[in-house]
Amino acid sequence: MLQTATASSSIVPPVMTGARPMLAISDLHAAYGQSEVLHGIDINVAPGEIVAVMGRNGMGKSTLMKTLMGIVPTKSGTITVDGTDVTTLKSHARVAKGLAYVPQGRMIFSTMTVQENIETGLTVTGSRKVPQDLYTMFPVLLEMKGRRGGNLSGGQQQQLAIARALASNPKVLLLDEPTEGIQPSIIREMGRTLKKIRDERGLSIVVSEQVLSFAMDVADRVLVIENGSIVHESLRADIDEAQVARFLSV
Amino acid sequence: MFGDYSLADLSSIFVMQGFAGLILFSVYVLMALGLAIIFGQMGVINMAHGEFMILGAYVTYLCSTFFQTYLPSLFGGYFFVAMALAFLASGAMGMLVEWALIRHLYKRPLDTLLATWGLSLILQQAYRTIFGPREVGVELPSWMMGSIPVTDSIEVQINGLFVIAVTTVITLGVAVLIYRSRFGAQIRAVMSNRSMAGAVGIDTEKVDRTTFGLGCGIAGIAGSAFTMIGSTGPTSGQLYIVDTFLIVVFGGAASLLGTIASAFSISQTQSTLEFFLSGSMAKVLTLLAVVAILMLRPQGLFTLKVRR
Repeated sequence: MLQTATASSSIVPPVMTGARPMLAISDLHAAYGQSEVLHGIDINVAPGEIVAVMGRNGMGKSTLMKTLMGIVPTKSGTITVDGTDVTTLKSHARVAKGLAYVPQGRMIFSTMTVQENIETGLTVTGSRKVPQDLYTMFPVLLEMKGRRGGNLSGGQQQQLAIARALASNPKVLLLDEPTEGIQPSIIREMGRTLKKIRDERGLSIVVSEQVLSFAMDVADRVLVIENGSIVHESLRADIDEAQVARFLSV
Repeated sequence: MFGDYSLADLSSIFVMQGFAGLILFSVYVLMALGLAIIFGQMGVINMAHGEFMILGAYVTYLCSTFFQTYLPSLFGGYFFVAMALAFLASGAMGMLVEWALIRHLYKRPLDTLLATWGLSLILQQAYRTIFGPREVGVELPSWMMGSIPVTDSIEVQINGLFVIAVTTVITLGVAVLIYRSRFGAQIRAVMSNRSMAGAVGIDTEKVDRTTFGLGCGIAGIAGSAFTMIGSTGPTSGQLYIVDTFLIVVFGGAASLLGTIASAFSISQTQSTLEFFLSGSMAKVLTLLAVVAILMLRPQGLFTLKVRR
């Protein structure tokens, strides 16, 4: 027991492949009003790497995502995307610099059609046509492109939210609890899709999760966030599942 | 109340009042379109909307005097210039107001109500100082005056037809802009979820400013049209703002079709009842009907059915 306790407190340095990180977060603090939620987060994500941020409810996963996206203001620290500092930029400018976001609960524009939803993601690219490869990746969206987004099932909405995010040609894709409210068979499918996206487009993915099996399936590296700090980090190869599970148990 | 009229008289009355209602409907639609867009997108209740309309009316008035004095030969076409200028003037002022005042209050919707009300008082006094307290009328070019006899007892006014035509064009234009263009898609995205719209790459502040300007600009065109059915004074806008709010709420926020349907039913009821009863009785009955319907259907006439 004592051994694991010391092991869990020592943070393994991120494995870098020599290249500069695609997403670099350093000493990030964020607060809602006076109450600070993130207390100095440091994460580096290499190009093409999938990182899962795990933690129980209320530990700061969503806040981290929202802070990265500029929805929750940064108190101090820096966020860099592919070498560009985006800390002071507004959300839409961060998208132009290469961040894309799939929020918790999908948040698709429910009164707009599927196609219009994807088109909103094209704003920063200046292009007008939905790239064909998005429909190839999510054929169900092509089938339903004239339907209102709000009338899709949860799994379809999730695909739509991912397609909308990918439409902006991101370098880093952020997904906030993508498995929430999705049936298990579709969760496995989504894991395959995420890895496919990474392999085809070479982008980096940060995914926040509570489901350990999903994280084990997709992630190259797993971080655990607790009370606004990263408390554990390990590569998938040498992850101690029982130990991470303990962090997640309530 | 119908007893004194013959059947033929009655049908003529209904047609004529229906037509008068259509003119009122046109001004209402133009006013309500702007208000609905602004309210739907930003949740801002623009109490100064009537003053933006009156700005358009004054611009039309200035334009008509300018053409009369300096370009009498082109007077016949001045109204088109006046409408364009009214749109630009009200739109520019709308964008200025959004930049200077409204954008600081997005997180405090109730305060925008007070702030825009204050703005409406300021604008009214400014109009009084600049244009004087007396109401001004606009000289119409000769081709817009007079009426076309349809039958012996039914006549339709040419300027009324013109207003209806303008409204149709503007409404179609707004519908195409909102439902078919990329900018419209951005407006609807911001309307449906502001922070998410930012997170997919839409510059929400720019969209807000343009939308506010667009809404106010349409009010300016409404003012231009308004000069044909009433005279323009510093406080004329106030008379219309309550009715316009009623239309937006009755129609169901964020539904263009609902706004049009509700403007139509309210203006027709009003116009027809006004002939048989006094103006205030007509208003009371219209309001009662609207209240009753809203109690049964609080979401307004038209709403989109989707999962939220």
